[in-house]
Amino acid sequence: MEKLTKNDVHPKIVQALLGADTTFTVEDALDNEMILNMGPQHPATHGVLRLLLRLDGETVIACVPELGYLHRGYEKMAENMGYLDFIPHTDRLDYLSPPANNVAYALAVEKLAGIEVPKRAQYIRMMMCELSRIASHLVAVGALAMDVGALTVFLWTLREREKVLDMYDVICGARFTTSYTRIGGVAQDLQKSTIIEIQKFIDELEKSLEEVERLLNSNRIFIERLEDIGVISYDDAIDFGLTGPSLRGSGVDFDLRRDASYLYYNEVEFKVPVYYEGDCLARYFVRMDEIRESAKIVTQVLDKLPSGEIMANNPKKVLPRKTEIYTKMEELIHDFMLVNFGINPPVGDIYQAVENPKGELGFYIVSKGEGHPWKLKIRSPSFVNIQSIPHMTKGYMVSDVVAIIGSIDPVMGEADK
Amino acid sequence: MGLEAKLQQDGFFTTTIDAIISWARKSSVWPMPMGISCCAIEMMAVGDPKYDIARFGSEVMRFTPRQSDLMIVAGTVTYKMSHVVKKIYDQMPDPKWVIAMGACTSSGGMYRSYSVVQGIDQFLPVDVYLAGCPPRPDNLLNALMQVQEKIGRTKARDFQDLPQPDFTKQY
Amino acid sequence: MDFKEKVIQQLNSQFPEMKLETTDFRGDFCIKFSPDNLLMICEFLKNNDQLKFLLCEDITAIDWASRTNRFTMVYHLFSLKNKFRLRLKTDVDDSTTSIESVSSIWRTANWQEREVYDMYGINFLNHPDLRRMYMPEEFEYHPLRKEFPVMGIPGSLPLPKK
Repeated sequence: MEKLTKNDVHPKIVQALLGADTTFTVEDALDNEMILNMGPQHPATHGVLRLLLRLDGETVIACVPELGYLHRGYEKMAENMGYLDFIPHTDRLDYLSPPANNVAYALAVEKLAGIEVPKRAQYIRMMMCELSRIASHLVAVGALAMDVGALTVFLWTLREREKVLDMYDVICGARFTTSYTRIGGVAQDLQKSTIIEIQKFIDELEKSLEEVERLLNSNRIFIERLEDIGVISYDDAIDFGLTGPSLRGSGVDFDLRRDASYLYYNEVEFKVPVYYEGDCLARYFVRMDEIRESAKIVTQVLDKLPSGEIMANNPKKVLPRKTEIYTKMEELIHDFMLVNFGINPPVGDIYQAVENPKGELGFYIVSKGEGHPWKLKIRSPSFVNIQSIPHMTKGYMVSDVVAIIGSIDPVMGEADK
Repeated sequence: MGLEAKLQQDGFFTTTIDAIISWARKSSVWPMPMGISCCAIEMMAVGDPKYDIARFGSEVMRFTPRQSDLMIVAGTVTYKMSHVVKKIYDQMPDPKWVIAMGACTSSGGMYRSYSVVQGIDQFLPVDVYLAGCPPRPDNLLNALMQVQEKIGRTKARDFQDLPQPDFTKQY
Repeated sequence: MDFKEKVIQQLNSQFPEMKLETTDFRGDFCIKFSPDNLLMICEFLKNNDQLKFLLCEDITAIDWASRTNRFTMVYHLFSLKNKFRLRLKTDVDDSTTSIESVSSIWRTANWQEREVYDMYGINFLNHPDLRRMYMPEEFEYHPLRKEFPVMGIPGSLPLPKK
């Protein structure tokens, strides 16, 4: 945390900070208030989030987040490129769970263009989503523990995450930003050996989760730094539009996988973990339980995995395989048309939302029947979740701010877009 | 360097001060992790047990610029962020090195848009450009080795005339 | 009865003289109305016991570039009780480029409207804190307007000195 000089802060931001609602009072309040700048380069703010804190002693009485340090102009770029070209960009939205974003975008475009995707492809997508949820929550838990002082856990969860990334490597040839889905299916089929490997990872996951929990759940420092910190009530959580683990930590039983079912989540069994305390500890517990539920889903998917095609049979809208392009005339023409003129979905607009590790990721696409979207809006969960930080931090200490940010687990790539 | 072998024999060896300084300097590069976006996650992976940056003497990630020698700019630098990056670079004491990690840091990469700086070399001197979006952790280790090589080639007197950082200055 | 019909029926019985256009594309249900009624309809949709659209998921705008009333505001609401998503659309008047803020109804609208203000330059009346969301305060343009080039306007955003 650096000392703030006058030139560092735009007058309008200071105005917002000083004008913030500070109706509550602190016992034994000191007279001299202080303004503290936290971020955008700060080890505990998860990326380039910047918070301006108004402090009374060590108590936060107002907080103004400042975003935009990673604003990359996705929505503008999307309007100027084809539907297919945007897939790699979705990887970099929530960069802790790239396959889940790919799937969300592919689902949105398929809904708009009216493409039926084969069942095997949808099952593989489901598995990728859940693997990425495991990876993302592992980092979230590790980073939260690191933020409150338990560095070991971070190394352990990152070790587990590496195993997931190794599997991405085998499945799609990239360990991090995968771009695995295509419009109408997935890029490559699963190998039998990969399935065995994934199952082995899932079987061993429980053991390492227990290891992590043995370190954390009975750790008095960890519990006391999270319990009753950053409480947000049931009504406030909905009012602030929270989604994902933050919402379920406040007792709202809402999960898009179950309540607005997409892919084939209605064919697998899983529980939606809900905790009622609404504090940082509850959000941590939700994440740990979700990792276990995701592991269960992956096992079921691998058991039920249907055979068949992995790309939809819709030559006017779905890219043909590379081997066919080089040997068959018709496929070559289709490929040329698709790459140069795009998939031209009908005029209309759709909204497709999926349950990402961070919350509800939605794509709102407006089409004018052209090869590129007229408008593409990304409803990112982190952006909305960060909005509740001023409400959650009010009245807590500076050191609690770090824990609160960690428990919300924002990713600036999608918050700033 | 095989120092232990030397100790077995005579217990001393001769070298130049330049060589020993640059050897010490290159074997303990303290990075300043300027983690901005996706590449920051891969930078974290470099620190984890599998890739283990500690083998190269650089596990001491300093989150304050005043204690670091090497800035790893990991992630898309926007125009709004560029001022912050520059300010942090200015606070690092000389001598200092910069790795531009990833395509968008080096050249704007896939972000041809209004808010992204098309390459940080427009306002920072860069020593190593690193390809990939994001680069694999092994690749970052390779970049670190190249920086070490570059540091190894320097002479102590190269840095004599550099201005000392003014720590009383309000940044 | 279908929930879509129920929403329409409830709205019609509450506001009989109001003109509502509905569309249904790929299962996404959308209601379009005049901007003057925005606050009334939103408040009703949130507080009605049978509808309960408590969760405001998303607020955005569309720039139609060459149309009269070039901006359309789009709201996505979700009813946790009925598991139903509803889209509201209303045109922004060209002469003022401003519309009532719904942040008094859903607190999440605060930032979402700031984003729309930043990207499209639409003014929100009675907004508690209307500042730019992403771009620096000194920036003069609104990037998502169709006339703004993707690569930006040279010199509009300063770089630090080398």
